Amino acid sequence: MSTKTPSRLEKILAAGHRAVTSECGPPRGSDPAVIEKKAALIRDHVDAVNVTDNQTSMTRMCSLAACIRLKQMGLEPILQMVTRDRNRIALQSDILGAAAFDICNVLCLSGDHQSFGDCAQGQNVHDLDSMQLLQTVRRMRDDGKFLGGDDIARPPQMFVGAAANPFADPFEIRVLRLAKKVSAGAEFIQTQCIYNLDKFEQWMTQARDRGLTERVSVLAGLTPMKSAGMARYMKNRVPGMDVPDEVVSRLADTPKEKQPEVGIDICVEAIERLKDVEGVAGFHIMAIEWEEKVAEIVERAGLYPRPEV
Amino acid sequence: MITAERKPLEEIIAYVRPFDRILLVGCNECVTVCAAGGRKEVGILSSALQMAFLKQGKNLQVKEHTLERQCDPEYVEELSSMIDGADAVLSMACGCGVQEVARRYRDKPVFPAVNTTFMGASERQGVWAERCQGCGDCLLGITGGICPIARCSKQLLNGPCGGSTHGKCEISPDVDCAWQLIWDRLKALGLENRYEEIIPAKDWRTGRGGGPRKIIREDLAE
Repeated sequence: MSTKTPSRLEKILAAGHRAVTSECGPPRGSDPAVIEKKAALIRDHVDAVNVTDNQTSMTRMCSLAACIRLKQMGLEPILQMVTRDRNRIALQSDILGAAAFDICNVLCLSGDHQSFGDCAQGQNVHDLDSMQLLQTVRRMRDDGKFLGGDDIARPPQMFVGAAANPFADPFEIRVLRLAKKVSAGAEFIQTQCIYNLDKFEQWMTQARDRGLTERVSVLAGLTPMKSAGMARYMKNRVPGMDVPDEVVSRLADTPKEKQPEVGIDICVEAIERLKDVEGVAGFHIMAIEWEEKVAEIVERAGLYPRPEV
Repeated sequence: MITAERKPLEEIIAYVRPFDRILLVGCNECVTVCAAGGRKEVGILSSALQMAFLKQGKNLQVKEHTLERQCDPEYVEELSSMIDGADAVLSMACGCGVQEVARRYRDKPVFPAVNTTFMGASERQGVWAERCQGCGDCLLGITGGICPIARCSKQLLNGPCGGSTHGKCEISPDVDCAWQLIWDRLKALGLENRYEEIIPAKDWRTGRGGGPRKIIREDLAE
């Protein structure tokens, strides 16, 4: 498989390796040391690092600036972009800005509703949706054209990704939605955190049956649970999340001080099982404010050392 | 129709406090249907205001009048015989009606007594819900008769986000997921395939993106 961009992530996948990505959430302040510290914890254990874009609608340091910091440290950033906060002028402009620093991965998202964050009184934009943002980045890269039709001098060389949630409703639309994202231009997919492995495998089967896994690299998303409380919160309070009762009870039946360890066990076991699922091209490990555990998870799951490409 | 809700009495009182004679104007169209600013509500507000000011020892004079259509200059003209007898106008029409009265009677203060909310439909007795945002380029023909611009919290044009749960929107269990409704309707029509067609970036110029809009019908314009 030939590559179209300088992206290391694309090269890893094209070479047939299982990719490993993780994420860094920028701080609610301007101190670059926060993002650099998180990055240092994971840099040797992942191929690329997502930088979230004002996740859960809480105002934070911008994804682009944090990506530049990672790039300057020699890491490979994945620029997350939500369509909630910027119109098509700002989105295209930021893509060019990222390309000016040779950031070559982008993840196109719609973003959580602003009512969850610290600016609930604000407006959302959604001039484009995530599908249309995928189309826009592909057009900028492949045709060298802005949405408005003008030529771009030095088009951005971006490997283009999207998110997929196999667990949201309606379930029957979930694979159609993946197909639509692939048609819109997605080259890699990072999924919502997977706890219901049976349902994920069912979704993957449908995706394979439609030939989608030959057209897009699916990275299975995983978030280790720190406690039974976190599991209950994710199950009951986070929209679109599917946490089976067994996962909650396994943590709840564990003494509190051992719960983090069991949370990591569950995550590693999931990776081991999903490695055998045809079409899973890698793993996206989102250890939320628990970046120090990424190395352990990657090593225990047999995904270390990372390949050179 | 255009829906509205009456403003809190305290806010209305603050508007009219400096004046002695108020012309309180209702509208017989949408705000009558949604029980916010028709003849009946004009009467109720009039009594409430007079009572509130009486308690403070002030005899507020309120002249009540409900127009057939307050957004239409032809009907707004009716107020010309009453306007001089009032220090200010309190309008119970939607924002269109308030502005039409303000445009016609330039030297008279005009205050809104309702909050204009949305273009919607009645779901059942006493319940109205948003249905249209007037984007100027209707998509209902390809979205199963359900508008994702007005009814999806993120106005997504290509399907539900990852927050759709049991048919409800991520912002609240009281809000239907528009894309669940669209999908169910496409299925009922046997048009599931249509879901996979990508709706490209929308041209918002026909909506708010194009600035204040105007319709000029050459065949009707004088």
